Amino acid sequence: MNRSSNLTVIACQDCDLLHRQRLLCDGQRATCSRCGAVLYRKKRNSLDHALVFSLTALIFFLMANVFPFMTFKYEGRVQESVLFSGVHELFVQDMWAVAILVLLVSVIIPLLKILGMLYVLVPLKLNRPPWYAARIFRIVEALHPWAMVDVYMLGVIVAMVKLSDFSTIVPGAALYSFAALLIAMAAAGAALNPHDVWERLDVVARGRRQ
Amino acid sequence: MTAAQAALVSCPTCRLVSRVPHRWIKGHATCLRCGAKLSLRKPNSLARTWALIVAAYILYIPANVYPVMTVISFGNGEPDTILSGVQSLIASGWWPLAVLVFFASIIVPLIKLVGLTYLVASVQYRWHWHPKQRTILYRITEAVGRWSMIDIFMITILVALVRLEAIATVEPGAGATSFAAVVVLTMFAAVSFDPRLMWDVVDQQHDQRA
Repeated sequence: MNRSSNLTVIACQDCDLLHRQRLLCDGQRATCSRCGAVLYRKKRNSLDHALVFSLTALIFFLMANVFPFMTFKYEGRVQESVLFSGVHELFVQDMWAVAILVLLVSVIIPLLKILGMLYVLVPLKLNRPPWYAARIFRIVEALHPWAMVDVYMLGVIVAMVKLSDFSTIVPGAALYSFAALLIAMAAAGAALNPHDVWERLDVVARGRRQ
Repeated sequence: MTAAQAALVSCPTCRLVSRVPHRWIKGHATCLRCGAKLSLRKPNSLARTWALIVAAYILYIPANVYPVMTVISFGNGEPDTILSGVQSLIASGWWPLAVLVFFASIIVPLIKLVGLTYLVASVQYRWHWHPKQRTILYRITEAVGRWSMIDIFMITILVALVRLEAIATVEPGAGATSFAAVVVLTMFAAVSFDPRLMWDVVDQQHDQRA
């Protein structure tokens, strides 16, 4: 199968219409002429920016999981919690299904996503093909909707509002780190152009073979 | 011309377009670049999506009838359902947040269930009108689904924070498990539906006319 001739066409993922690929300027995107879906886009230094934001996200992820998350004050009593205590408490109260789900989407999947991005982007920066890069990046792409750091942050805000009527809530360092994590992950996602990763993987792999 | 009509298949992950193999053995063709399984359309898309939607409809009832949590202060418990949670936000005067939670936990699951039912039915009964609008509806259902998790996260945080035995505690309720299941099932349903099937119906009609 001749790949170089295939590279010039792309099929719309929503309606399967074939398009010839054209060169785009930075910041431009190509949309499907029939259903309007985004076909591909061009971003400047996509891989470098995504790498920087992923590293930032990793640091904030660690901080968000170590420091105290929130402190609850009511009738002279004080209750401190960390990010993990919600999951722990759900387990204790026999809500293991919800506990596992929350643990997955708020801690494990975001971590896997950050680590997966770094695993692919760091070696590419150093011009090496990472082992199983395609498989790992495929998983990273599939995990995308399940990393719910942004949704979790809104849940935190709603919870704080619900409690603010009758008690005092003191946000901890982890809460601020979590907000920063959300921004870093969103920035990494916005900066990354998956198309560039696949093309770069091709180039690096070909360079090795010669 | 669509990729399928040109005997081409587009990789669902890296979007490399390949020629359809001469002897197509189901599930045995993989993408040259990233190794993802190739298929012209998502496998068993209609049956899978129907199954997931029906399961979500069934669980939607306990999710809204049973309390998702109970706030117990000084021995008095007040069970909260999804809807009463929104009402209490309105009562305490947090309008913008009440609107947000109302959208995320009541409107979004409904849009997803009704919207996906409509989309799957439109393929099943070979309706051909407004494929573009239906594709946009599909993109919306796919994008908004995860935001319904706000309520589940809020409960997780309340359960972790409010643990002052005799004075105030928050207990998660049976409704939370059903609600989380509805969100997860509809997210999987959106992934398993293939919007290209809607366009296939339109294309086939064009072919017959030509």
